[in-house]
Amino acid sequence: MADISEKLQQQVMQAYENDTPLNIIGGNSKAWYGREPQGEPLYVSGHSGIVNDMPSELVITVRAGTKLSEIAGALDKHGQRLPFDPPYFGEDATIGGTVACNFSGPRRPYAGSCRDFMLGCTMLNGKGEKLRFGGEVMKNVAGFDVSRLMAGSMGTLGVLLDVSLKILPHRLAEQTVVIDAGFKQAIKLMNHWAGTPLPVTAMCADGNLVYFRICGTPSAVERSMRDIGGSIYEDGKAFWKDLREHQLDFFQSDAPLYRLSVPPAAAFEPLAGTTEHDWFVGWGGAQRWLKSDVDFAVVQSYAQKLGGHAKLLRGGDREAEVFPPLAPALMALHKQLKHSFDPKGLLNPGRMYKDL
Amino acid sequence: MPAQLLSSLAKLLPESALLTSEEALRPYECDGLSVYRGLPFAVALPETMEQAQSIIQLCKQLNTPVIARGAGTGLAGGAMPTKDAVVLSLAKFNQIIEVDVDNRTATVQPGVRNLAISEAVVEHGLYYAPDPSSQIACTIGGNVAENSGGVHCLKYGLTVHNVLGLKFLTMDGELIELGGKALDNAGYDVLALLHGSEGLLGVIVEVTVKLLPKPEMAQVCMAMFDDIEKAGQAVCDVIAAGIVPAGLEMMDSLAIQAAEAYAQVGYPTDVAAIVLCEVDGTAHGVNDYIEKVEAVLTGAGAVETRISQNEEQRLQFWAGRKAAFPAVGRLAPDYYCMDGTIPKARLAEVLKQIAAWSDAFGLPVANVFHAGDGNMHPLILYDANKAGELEKTEAFGKKILELCVQVGGTITGEHGVGVEKLDAMCVQFGKTELEQFFAIKDAFDDKRLLNPGKAVPTLHRCAELGRMHVHNGELPHPELDRF
Ligand SMILES: Cc1cc2nc3c(=O)[nH]c(=O)nc-3n(C[C@H](O)[C@H](O)[C@H](O)COP(=O)(O)OP(=O)(O)OC[C@H]3O[C@@H](n4cnc5c(N)ncnc54)[C@H](O)[C@@H]3O)c2cc1C
Repeated sequence: MADISEKLQQQVMQAYENDTPLNIIGGNSKAWYGREPQGEPLYVSGHSGIVNDMPSELVITVRAGTKLSEIAGALDKHGQRLPFDPPYFGEDATIGGTVACNFSGPRRPYAGSCRDFMLGCTMLNGKGEKLRFGGEVMKNVAGFDVSRLMAGSMGTLGVLLDVSLKILPHRLAEQTVVIDAGFKQAIKLMNHWAGTPLPVTAMCADGNLVYFRICGTPSAVERSMRDIGGSIYEDGKAFWKDLREHQLDFFQSDAPLYRLSVPPAAAFEPLAGTTEHDWFVGWGGAQRWLKSDVDFAVVQSYAQKLGGHAKLLRGGDREAEVFPPLAPALMALHKQLKHSFDPKGLLNPGRMYKDL
Repeated sequence: MPAQLLSSLAKLLPESALLTSEEALRPYECDGLSVYRGLPFAVALPETMEQAQSIIQLCKQLNTPVIARGAGTGLAGGAMPTKDAVVLSLAKFNQIIEVDVDNRTATVQPGVRNLAISEAVVEHGLYYAPDPSSQIACTIGGNVAENSGGVHCLKYGLTVHNVLGLKFLTMDGELIELGGKALDNAGYDVLALLHGSEGLLGVIVEVTVKLLPKPEMAQVCMAMFDDIEKAGQAVCDVIAAGIVPAGLEMMDSLAIQAAEAYAQVGYPTDVAAIVLCEVDGTAHGVNDYIEKVEAVLTGAGAVETRISQNEEQRLQFWAGRKAAFPAVGRLAPDYYCMDGTIPKARLAEVLKQIAAWSDAFGLPVANVFHAGDGNMHPLILYDANKAGELEKTEAFGKKILELCVQVGGTITGEHGVGVEKLDAMCVQFGKTELEQFFAIKDAFDDKRLLNPGKAVPTLHRCAELGRMHVHNGELPHPELDRF
């Protein structure tokens, strides 16, 4: 629990002066993600603590080095939570790293992603200037929306110092039900129920079963269970947590793990060279994991055909590109944006794309 | 140069798609904030992507500003023309390109009206959630450019939360595609950055929106209060009770009286405030929550509560709120709509201060709020024909915005900065943030030709104004002379 923003600012200014590339490190729980980290470590986890917790405003402001577990604990005290259900991928996970990766959990299609809940941030740009964007209110269109831009930028645009996030209350009741279904049928079922007003808050499929999580008032949950049918899955809470944390058996493999983001109803046809066992479908069909040695380019063009894109999530060749390729004009724009925040290209260089 | 611009434009567009006579330009001289006016050099109404692209390229080549325009309902002067500029109207980009029921998306051209999307998909039990009060007229392109909200955004989010994909033209005329029907897009979140960018970063030419299933049921609890502070607290209590209402709105006595006189919906006119709280979802969930809402509002001191018993009554409860702007419009020759957002806990305090200023300025104020998200719309009543009254109104408005920033809020929740709130931006942001905004602008538009002079004030302007944005205890713009 300390404010070390001045020290961090000094470090970034120093790096700017000396042209030193920086590798921004929060809890170091996601070092495996993105391209290989490069540069002098800049440790942010010391910059931690809850700055402003405002339950009746549905807003919390926290320093970037604050652990997710600390935030969850504080919110839980007044019956609230981070709505995007972030995966931790390690006990030390911080909110800064989570925002930089824009990681969201199984609830994402129904509640929104990490970036959706960003309200404001304080950050250091590549020159070490301290900047504040957005704020602690729900609606704010003053100035360009830099806070949301920071989400998912992998630390390449700035060092987050604190973030303000919208929070939501816990639901009163929760139940998980399962139905026997292969992937094709599962995708149909998940999209069918997503098109109804039932309070479904997570859906996924493993090729044998399709899983539905229903949250709401007890009577709404009961009624939804009747509509959806299937059978109760007793250990639902643990299942969704294991999915979120990639602790399910499916994820225990040494093969590269690809993550595809596709339109939720895109038909399931396993890619040539893969079998159904290599796949797991989350986010009601919109997120699909593939563990396979198939070439990234092949996976990419497959995802594009489905109307989406793919990234190499874990393992594989991290010297090469791991995120979806961008069209030349869009890549040029990315470089200009990067330059506008970090003119010397010192913040997490190459962590996202080789040339950013 | 003007002659060259004109003749080149004429080559790119059919005669009917290029307006240049004063008479034809008149309807474009302002947006919904009509106190700011100006005629453009020309208005171009392209019908095809190629036309739009070549107009932009021509303008870049001739250093001519380009001002994108949707329906012109903006309330901050964002689409207001300047005399050297070409207004690029997207009015003819008005086609719904595709409705994808399976993926629950609609892909539309930017000139499609907000409400037209929901109308087009109602047969599938779907709708597009963001519902600005102007939704019969405003366009989806304008909604993206302003990141518009509506009565239901507390639960369903703003425009940025409901758009999956965009295509836009850069000032080089390059077509860039972002996202699609998947839930997230690759690279930086340029999609989010374009939301609320007020036409400064690119011209939006296609939008893919997320469609939601229509809730099975919705119910409103209307609660009357004899004290506005109690009403403000009641709003906080609803949220603190763990309820996420679909809408949570509030009106003060002047707004209530105006709405009742205008719409005759049965609002009691002798109360200090009305809170409207809507819950929606499945029938079971709604039944559970509406009772809880009523209990909380009663506990907070409501003198009376009513729960809508059917759809007709629900709409009736809302009708007064929805008519609030035109209703207030009948109370005085003109009104000036503010748009600050504040933490809800500061509502009572801010209202008291506004009332005190209202007395001091001798200008009545009616208050209408998106209370659930702290977005206030104080409507200052004035008469533009009375000498000095507009200036007085603007001075009053600025004080309100400064107060919003002081209590930890923002100068604009959903209407945008446009030309109207440029000075207030100097209060909210310091030099480094403004410089970063310009750096972002330059990344997209190095010649600063897209809607120049809007949304972000120059450092010079802020210095001239002498606005003291105190940032980390430092004086703003120490490098610039003070006048
Ligand atoms: C009676 C009334 C009620 C209103 N209620 C609400 C409300 O509840 N919530 C709310 O948020 N707003 C509200 N507004 C404000 C306004 O309707 C919104 O800001 C709306 O989004 C503007 O859309 P438009 O098509 O009219 O855009 P315009 O006014 O034409 O333009 C607005 C801005 O967007 C830019 N722009 C327009 N189209 C494009 C494009 N294709 N590409 C790039 N830039 C573009 C323009 O340059 C300008 O800066 C209200 C306005 C009125 C008059």
